[in-house]
Amino acid sequence: MILEVNNLSFHYHNGPMIFSNVNFNVDNGEVLSILGTNGAGKSTLLNCIANLYKPMSGKILLNGKPMSRMSLRGVARIVGYVPQIHTPAYAYSVREFTVMGRTPYIGAFKTPSTEDYRIADEALERMGIIYLRDKSYTEISGGERQQAMIARVIAQQPQLILLDEPTAHLDYGNQYRVVQMIRQLASEGYALIMTTHNPEHAIILNGKVAILNRRGVLGIGQTAETLSAETLSNLYGLSIKTVYDHDAKRNVCVVC
Amino acid sequence: MSQNNSLGYVLRFQGILWLSVIILMVVFVLSLVVGQYRVPLEETFRIMFSKIFTINRTWDNIQQAVIMDLRLPRTVAAVIIGAALSLSGATYQSIFKNPMVSPDLLGVSSGACVGAASAILLNGSSILIQISAFAGGLIAVAITLMIPRLIRNESTTVLVLSGIVISSLMSSIMSIIKFVADTDTQLAEITYWMMGSFAMTTFESMLPVLPTILIPMAVILMMRYRLNVLSLGDNEAKSLGINLRTTRGMFILCSTLITASSVCLSGTIGWVGLVIPHTARMVIGSDNKRMLPIAMIFGGVFMLFIDILCRTITAAELRLGILTGVIGAPFFIFILFKQRRQVQ
Repeated sequence: MILEVNNLSFHYHNGPMIFSNVNFNVDNGEVLSILGTNGAGKSTLLNCIANLYKPMSGKILLNGKPMSRMSLRGVARIVGYVPQIHTPAYAYSVREFTVMGRTPYIGAFKTPSTEDYRIADEALERMGIIYLRDKSYTEISGGERQQAMIARVIAQQPQLILLDEPTAHLDYGNQYRVVQMIRQLASEGYALIMTTHNPEHAIILNGKVAILNRRGVLGIGQTAETLSAETLSNLYGLSIKTVYDHDAKRNVCVVC
Repeated sequence: MSQNNSLGYVLRFQGILWLSVIILMVVFVLSLVVGQYRVPLEETFRIMFSKIFTINRTWDNIQQAVIMDLRLPRTVAAVIIGAALSLSGATYQSIFKNPMVSPDLLGVSSGACVGAASAILLNGSSILIQISAFAGGLIAVAITLMIPRLIRNESTTVLVLSGIVISSLMSSIMSIIKFVADTDTQLAEITYWMMGSFAMTTFESMLPVLPTILIPMAVILMMRYRLNVLSLGDNEAKSLGINLRTTRGMFILCSTLITASSVCLSGTIGWVGLVIPHTARMVIGSDNKRMLPIAMIFGGVFMLFIDILCRTITAAELRLGILTGVIGAPFFIFILFKQRRQVQ
């Protein structure tokens, strides 16, 4: 098992409990979509697994080893993190940006080797954006930036990829493309966890889904069983029904 | 095709690197020759090489003194300080993810000014002024670094805010010192000191600060790839396996040592740490792996050029701080104009 989360809880300094008693695990080729309302703590949970926040209690095991006892570098070789799209302060080229994924393998006094650049180029090629290689990262579109971000995480060669709202700020077409990309990565054996505001993305991915409610309780299960009309209606405070579409061959969500 | 592209990149870097090294050498020689006391170019070289080889003496003592005791030390100092300030400026800009940041963000310059001014107030010797400036700079940054720990929020924003608070506190203390200083002697000395100059620089005054400039410079240069990663932001750097506290701390320590040493050698010199990294980024791109060496050479050239102007355009020598501002500010506007598409 790549990732095991046992009894995890978190609250900010002097703040209320964000979530508690969280248990789940993710293995090779599995996708876990985390759903929840704004402010429910989806990103906080993801940041705990990314080793960015220290949980108050509980354990995170990577390949059976407790993450708290691993070095930052050791964790970074197993867990890759894709933050929400943002504009960096400096106009690195897409290639320079992608090769930074190699950081966990580059010594403090070293710069990327020819091999590191080769791996970065390979990742760009896989994402189909090698033609953007010498373009400035600040000048490409949001969709292209998300692709470059994923190329960087591929260059990092992790086993588990965490994506924080990978479809935020993207147009309808690019949202769908990113979800397809995540599916593709899962079929190649990566374990993936993403947070999303769109339950249909979880349905398309058809893996595990976790729902974090306002009381900080995480419910988890297979998408097909868990994402019922009732659950979604309760979660978002709307009247939602799910309809099976014969062309798409899956459920679609409709707000009534 | 992809191979060609990266080859072009490398060639461009090599080309710019060597071209700027040649320009640096030309300006270096120019700096030795230009001045009110005329020493011919050939004599200049003879005087310098006579320290290494045995050369028949064809020059007089004044020429010897002008070159070896006046022009050579200040020329060497200008190159080193220009390179040092550019490097520490570029470092700060990366770790604070903001291209508008200058090396005195955390209060090192204002702290050094208070240190130097206090020493002047006590009629201290020039060595005491140097030591006091250095200590003042380090103390100011130490206080700045303590504040985020006290309030238990070690984000970059809080650190920057602390820097602003400490800088302004130091400026206020500076005002008090100026207020109580003797207006005829001390106030003038403080004011001149704050404007920066290489006029009093000798090899003897340079020697003690060289280690605290050159060693941190070497460390930053060796670790410079980490700057790229830090400039992505705290969370991303951490998720790429960087220990934020030690890495950022190391860069802050090195930059602070560099800036404090520069200030105690030549007073405060503004603009270089801001303008030069921008210029280098415009020419070679943002990758610190290539940008830092280029910025250092550009910084050396710029500082030398300013110093030459300082001693030639008026009969009485101008102060560096005046010209870096007068030339730096319009130059900065020009750079912003050139980059207007990228600046958001």
